[in-house]
Amino acid sequence: MALIKDRKLAHDNWQLLKAAKGELPSIPAACNVIVPLGAWQALRSELVVRGGGLGVWLSGDEEPADIAADLQHFELVAVDFASFTDGRGYSIGRLLRERYGWRGELRAIGDVQRDQLFYLARCGFDAFDLREGEDVETALAAFNDFRDAYQASVDQLPLFRRRGLHPALRGSAESTAERAG
Amino acid sequence: MYIYDEIDQQLIDDRVAQFRDQTRRFLAGKLGEDDFRPLRLQNGLYIQRYAPMLRIAIPYGLLASRQLRALAHITRTYDRGTGHFSTRQNFQLNWPRLEDVPEILAHLATVQMHAIQTSGNCVRNITADHFAGIAPDEIVDPLVWCEVVRQWAAFHPEFAYLPRKFKIAIAGAAEDRAAVLVHDVGLQATRDEAGEIGFRVLAGGGLGRTPILGAVIREFLPWQHLLSYLEAILRTYNRYGRRDNKWKARIKILVKDLTPAGFRDDVEAEWANLKDGPSTLTSAEVERIAGRFTRPAYEKLDPLASSYVLALGRDRRFAAWARRNVHPHKMAGYAAVTLSLKRTGVPPGDATAEQMDAVADLADRYSFGEVRVTHEQNLLLADVRQSDLFAIWQEAQALDLATANIGMITNIIACPGGDYCSLANAKSIPVAEAIQRRFDDLDFVYDIGELDLNISGCMNSCGHHHIGHIGILGVDKQGEEFYQISIGGAQGNAASLGKVLGPSVSQEDVPDVVEKLIELYLKRRDSEAERFIDVVRRIGTEPFREHVYGAHQGSKARARQLAVA
Repeated sequence: MALIKDRKLAHDNWQLLKAAKGELPSIPAACNVIVPLGAWQALRSELVVRGGGLGVWLSGDEEPADIAADLQHFELVAVDFASFTDGRGYSIGRLLRERYGWRGELRAIGDVQRDQLFYLARCGFDAFDLREGEDVETALAAFNDFRDAYQASVDQLPLFRRRGLHPALRGSAESTAERAG
Repeated sequence: MYIYDEIDQQLIDDRVAQFRDQTRRFLAGKLGEDDFRPLRLQNGLYIQRYAPMLRIAIPYGLLASRQLRALAHITRTYDRGTGHFSTRQNFQLNWPRLEDVPEILAHLATVQMHAIQTSGNCVRNITADHFAGIAPDEIVDPLVWCEVVRQWAAFHPEFAYLPRKFKIAIAGAAEDRAAVLVHDVGLQATRDEAGEIGFRVLAGGGLGRTPILGAVIREFLPWQHLLSYLEAILRTYNRYGRRDNKWKARIKILVKDLTPAGFRDDVEAEWANLKDGPSTLTSAEVERIAGRFTRPAYEKLDPLASSYVLALGRDRRFAAWARRNVHPHKMAGYAAVTLSLKRTGVPPGDATAEQMDAVADLADRYSFGEVRVTHEQNLLLADVRQSDLFAIWQEAQALDLATANIGMITNIIACPGGDYCSLANAKSIPVAEAIQRRFDDLDFVYDIGELDLNISGCMNSCGHHHIGHIGILGVDKQGEEFYQISIGGAQGNAASLGKVLGPSVSQEDVPDVVEKLIELYLKRRDSEAERFIDVVRRIGTEPFREHVYGAHQGSKARARQLAVA
């Protein structure tokens, strides 16, 4: 599987740990691991003293508020998309970035495909663990699907607060009128 | 009419390119069917019973004549010459080829149109009162707010994969003509005591399998907070709406499960974090959008044009048409005109490419180049001089668009039904036609008076049968098409959901049942002023049930129902 990070193909040196519901994964020593929320909650004292990087992943039905006070312990937070049509992760991404102030890597995992990358990025994801079989070159083009957007995103004001400076309007009589107005 | 600026245009051009690439990858086998489905749906493209169906957005039902001509051109070039105007003020083609859709979208983009989010589990086309901006009872013109919300909803990154579709309607008059009570979110624009604009916010209404009227979750939302509040509603729904069962995934189920008060508390708690954030609207932005709407340059006219009054007295058929199809206008000497798409024998809401071109011409000559689509599946010329009404009537007659039945029993709302739609359990169009044929005497139709008759071919309720005074729903019983009749539904401020009358009946018996209902109504009304819906409300459904089922002799319907039951 390919990893895109910061809009480039990247080497993935993290191990994603999964476990059946109600069970805890076994934690390998000294490598970078992304553990399920349940494992973090159960094995917290063990995990904070363990060597190797620590990340946590949330499923769509888990609450980002549950890790809000723990974010300093993580190098990476991942959100799992059980299916690409399950849009809960988009809200989780925005909450992590905008409400809980997460600035580290925010990784989309699971059913992550080319055609969702543009929206995911606008919701704060900067790393994408592409689904098996996705073509990286095609996927990298996704970030340019649209040249702009109306709404606010995690790193951009809504268009109506930026309009006066917009390149598409620059030089046109209209933008002049708008700036004057 | 809202006129795009360069950025609006760039966004839809980018969308065309994006969908062209997605279609190319799908056709090349590089994008799987399941992965492509939500993408094509968010561009209005269904794969239907016989061919794809493309739903083109008509934001809040407003069309410029050049846009209507583009629809005519597309209908002629890529379809079989007939298009369909839907209850959500959109436009549907039933025979486009999948391969052609990118080209159709590219053509639409040249006239500032698109098919963005006309289907899929996302925020759909924003609908409005078709008399917006011209209604004498208007408090706030909702169109500017519709456009504000349209821009916010278009390509919203967080809400493209909701549990289910999401429909928003905005009304701004004393009388609700946008059906805000039966939308996922209904916004009633109003003014507070200081005259400031705000919105009464309703949530959780809807038709479908679980019809329910929306609950007020906020009495007055100042306009500045419109987008952040919608964001709070949508986020609450996106996170907590059910995803395990398609039939329980609409926001109405969440509102019901949490109770409206519980849902409101969740939304308000979310909103407390978003309020006064960057999405807070500014008056500069609202004025900018308002300024991009073209407005009719009304002339100063006499309150009642004498030529109009004379024609009313001279021609009885014209007077009948004017009484039904001409509507009051806030400007003296002007009127709005419904061009009926409900001629008997034509599927409700259908128009040919030639009719569309002709209506575009009428709009250019008589109504400042604009046409509106109503949720009752008709077309409206909104800004017509009274002195032109007689001429318009004559031209509309020649175009088969002058059926004088607005508000009457034959102005049937019907979905495309089993003839086209793969979701349908039963056909709608032939049922509508059979009823129209049964009530072909216009004088009798006028005697019956105001009556909404709505037909849906399945529980998805695209034909709004729940809010018809008489509602007809197609059901499937062991592979056979049957029809469930309900009465007592209504739209508007006093909206109500119809009650099922009794066991469902066969297609051929539907007109008989409707006739029986009318028969009893005429017998029991206290005067001509008492409408069908009033009588149902006064005497209840029971007498109607008895009259239909107790006296349904000579028909096979009853025996057949008993056999299936």
